[in-house]
Amino acid sequence: MTQRITIDPITRLEGHGKIEIFLDDLGNVERAILQVPELRGFEQFAIGRPVEEMPRITPRICGVCPTAHHMAATKAVDAVFHIEPTPTARKLRELIYNAFFMEDHTLHFFFLGGPDFVVGPQAPAAERNILGVIGKVGVEIGSRVIRIREDVREIMNHLCGKAIHPVCGLPGGVAKGLDEEHRLKFLETAKAAVDFAEFALQIFDDVVLKNKGYVEVVVGEAYKIKTYYMGLVNDRNQVEFYDGHLRVVDPDGREFAKFKPADYLEHIAEHVEPWTYVKFPFLKKVGWKGFVEGKDSGVYRVAPLARLNAADSMQTPRAQKHYERMYATLGGKPVHNTLAFHWARLIEALQAAERMVELLQDQEITSPDIRRLPTQTPTEGVGIVEAPRGVLVHHYKTDEKGLITDANLIVATIGNAAAINMSIEKAAKAFIKGGQVSEGLLNMAEMAFRPYDPCHGCGTHAWPGNVPLILNIRGPRGQLLRQLRR
Amino acid sequence: MSDLKPKVAFYWCSSCGGCEESIVDLAEDILKVVAAVDIVFWPVALDFKKKDVEAMPDKSIAVSFINGGIRMSEQEEMAQLLRRKSQIVVAHGACAHLGGIPGLANFWNKSTVFDKVYHTTVSTDNAKGTEPQPKTSLDGYELTLSEFWDTVHPLDDIIDVDYYLPGCAPHRDLIINAVTAILEGKLPPKGSVLAPNKSCCDDCERNDSKPDKLQIKEIKRPYEVLLDPKTCFLAQGVICMGPATRGGCGERCINGNMPCRGCMGPTDQVHDQGAKFLSAFASILDANDEKDVERLVDSIVDPAGTFYRFSLPSSILKRKKLEAVK
Repeated sequence: MTQRITIDPITRLEGHGKIEIFLDDLGNVERAILQVPELRGFEQFAIGRPVEEMPRITPRICGVCPTAHHMAATKAVDAVFHIEPTPTARKLRELIYNAFFMEDHTLHFFFLGGPDFVVGPQAPAAERNILGVIGKVGVEIGSRVIRIREDVREIMNHLCGKAIHPVCGLPGGVAKGLDEEHRLKFLETAKAAVDFAEFALQIFDDVVLKNKGYVEVVVGEAYKIKTYYMGLVNDRNQVEFYDGHLRVVDPDGREFAKFKPADYLEHIAEHVEPWTYVKFPFLKKVGWKGFVEGKDSGVYRVAPLARLNAADSMQTPRAQKHYERMYATLGGKPVHNTLAFHWARLIEALQAAERMVELLQDQEITSPDIRRLPTQTPTEGVGIVEAPRGVLVHHYKTDEKGLITDANLIVATIGNAAAINMSIEKAAKAFIKGGQVSEGLLNMAEMAFRPYDPCHGCGTHAWPGNVPLILNIRGPRGQLLRQLRR
Repeated sequence: MSDLKPKVAFYWCSSCGGCEESIVDLAEDILKVVAAVDIVFWPVALDFKKKDVEAMPDKSIAVSFINGGIRMSEQEEMAQLLRRKSQIVVAHGACAHLGGIPGLANFWNKSTVFDKVYHTTVSTDNAKGTEPQPKTSLDGYELTLSEFWDTVHPLDDIIDVDYYLPGCAPHRDLIINAVTAILEGKLPPKGSVLAPNKSCCDDCERNDSKPDKLQIKEIKRPYEVLLDPKTCFLAQGVICMGPATRGGCGERCINGNMPCRGCMGPTDQVHDQGAKFLSAFASILDANDEKDVERLVDSIVDPAGTFYRFSLPSSILKRKKLEAVK
């Protein structure tokens, strides 16, 4: 007799992602999958649009990380017009981008992923949210979280018009510059952001690392899969968000490939399954072997831990200290423990904040030289950035008027789509045995995908967060045997 | 939770999550909202599910904020359910209001979208020609997926809508004003758009730089010109949807030194935003003869995708005829 378990993240309702777990005759897990039932088709309706409008159109793929789409599109448009931004424009773009990374990563830790740890994996669902975090760490700290997010987003609002759906990117530069008054104001915000990121790491240290029980969960086999890792690096192989080469390391941590964004098609392909609307990217030179781990499988992972694994170091001194500590604590590179994504995310938030300070201390950032006008005929271009949730590819081809004739997007969350399925299956296999399904499975299965911060706004739009769950255990004729919920 | 507090629900359909972020961006004000109402359904943040909503008496929710257009079967189902249970339904954001940017897909249909996404995109490796199916079998287990439609619909194509909260994403002042009006029972007539009934130009800081008689000799794309941060975009020859667009957005794009693209939709007097822009635009073309007009109009590279950037599904065009595709 086979059984089927449906974990329906009702946050996405039936509309935006559900987990199906199939048990064999002995009641052990045979398969577990995450279905993503939503699609909008931006690649198709990009066709015919003026390419310079893409930075204003594609942010609507995802209102959680619109800045990532805006920047990938802007860089792709640069490439289409064969133009580079001025040095000041590049600095402004990097400032915007690091501000975005800092606030997005801390949003995840305090509002979304962090409650797992800060409030505790076994805490009642009603407390596993930002209010629960405030209850645990205190109101004062809670309002500090809200305030720093607002202040950092103010930088984005000022320079990009709107934090939700920015408008500033143009080929060869940005639409708006920064004056001295705002530079000084934002520098204070940036310094506060560094303090705040250090403070978040301190909370992680106090709450997670000093708790033996949590550490055991983090390093446990149930939350470990061995895959390739991909991330952007700068010319010194350091973690980079805005620009650089893509580097891939194998499951042993050895460099497998390093390539320019324009060459991505030699390295990445996407597999299609009939039971979900998202596609599954894989390493072309290894091949798609299904949802399996190891060196022979083309499955790779992206996003914070993957970026740290794929690089040799961080760019900034404080973040580097934490980077070294993480690898020393978790047994060296690469780290395969999925829950370490949370730690890596905070280390990246610190680098982003430190970079904000560096950029705002540079007087050149207030130069009025923020645009170059394109002079060449538009053709084709690829723009790749690291979204908070991983490698993001925008690729456009145009006619000689700059109207799009073909578009391809590989969005960040789907970079981890295969790995998310594998992580869920592995956790399910670890926690369901002989048909015994405990309440704890709900937490445990949920914790297997939250580290990826799966923003299905980019694959659909699953709010990357506190996903309440319902779990149905069904008999072979689909009859409901038992229901667990929280 | 008190029964006396008004019950409020939030839901999203075919949208990006930006409208949800706009709620989070209320920052400390969100705590005031949470204190004043009883949120009975907010899939993003709270643990209630469809069944809980089904179990509620009809009309027991004071107000439901629904964002996103409708393009999947499950979104239609949820919209209808919330309509039944709610006294007031607010179409939250440009997609629910007008169709929004995802509504540009109405230039195409399901098969062209599938063809691109699952077959012809350059990184897709799909020799077997697989496509997502409403029903599939995986290792003998049956799986279902929500059905993808040919057309994106604004919310009021599917259900009766009481109010519209415009913008992509809506400005925080508009959200606060809407919530306050509902809590205080000071609501305008049904069908109102909860934003000022004036054009974006009326509040624009660059309005003073607009010459008394605008005359456009040549149309420039935003990348072709160094945009002056103080001068009216139309006076610079750059298409700005301001004249055909409702204000109340805080002119945030213009403050970012980029022209309006029309996310707030038209004012009350106007049914079709694109047509309104065309008529306003025709009156400012500096053309001597028909040939001149033709030359100027031809220099607009993507008129439909520009004038109907956010409003194609709610416009008189609705969508491109399927036969005309390809």
